[in-house]
Amino acid sequence: MHLEDLLIKNTIRAKLPLHTRDEIIQKAGELLMEADAIEPRYIQAMKKVLDELGPYCVIAPGIALLHARPEDGVKRACLSLQTLQDPVNFGHSTNDPVDLVFTLGAKDKKGHIEALAELAGFLSEEKFLQTARSFENSLTLQKEIFEYITTRK
Amino acid sequence: MIIATLCGMGFGTSMMLKLFIDDILKAEGIKAETSPWDLGTFKGNKADIVVAPIDMEPHLRDYPAKIVLIKNLVDKAEIKEKILKAIRELS
Repeated sequence: MHLEDLLIKNTIRAKLPLHTRDEIIQKAGELLMEADAIEPRYIQAMKKVLDELGPYCVIAPGIALLHARPEDGVKRACLSLQTLQDPVNFGHSTNDPVDLVFTLGAKDKKGHIEALAELAGFLSEEKFLQTARSFENSLTLQKEIFEYITTRK
Repeated sequence: MIIATLCGMGFGTSMMLKLFIDDILKAEGIKAETSPWDLGTFKGNKADIVVAPIDMEPHLRDYPAKIVLIKNLVDKAEIKEKILKAIRELS
């Protein structure tokens, strides 16, 4: 499974006016629910993971990678992306505030690995981050992100 | 040598770290086993080096291995510098 198979195009949204960690998780979860990729309980599970394990999900400056466990209600392997209008603090020691939010749903521990490796590679490219952060319109962002990931590997 | 990467669940962040480290080891011609661990089960496992996101430091305070803490988990330069330094110090 490649990144373009894992990332659900319609869940990509630009510059959302969300102001708290919980609002962000809720919105990301609702978008994955609309795509029939997760069950509603996955949203609560993601909040619980953050409460229990802390803010290490802020994997790089400004970038959060949210997820819970396969058994928490993942219907199919999925990834969503939202950018935020104003950056939000998650309580991380060095990488706050967050303005790029990826939400992963894994079906098992292995199936998403190739796509995750591709995502990690893109996140290490300044050009990709610039692309993700520069669009105000969700449809434009969807188009630009998919163009980037399908032409640049 | 066993290098473990640690995160809360063992298949997201720790898997990303493992994949970056595998690339670095391959490029440097270093032979080591890399393994993603999760917080729930890692205390029963043994490794020479544990690589973890910086905010997991409190979980690792008494763990008997060389600890490498990473701030930016997609910064290949930071990961490379810190992991190679740890390997040098062990050998």
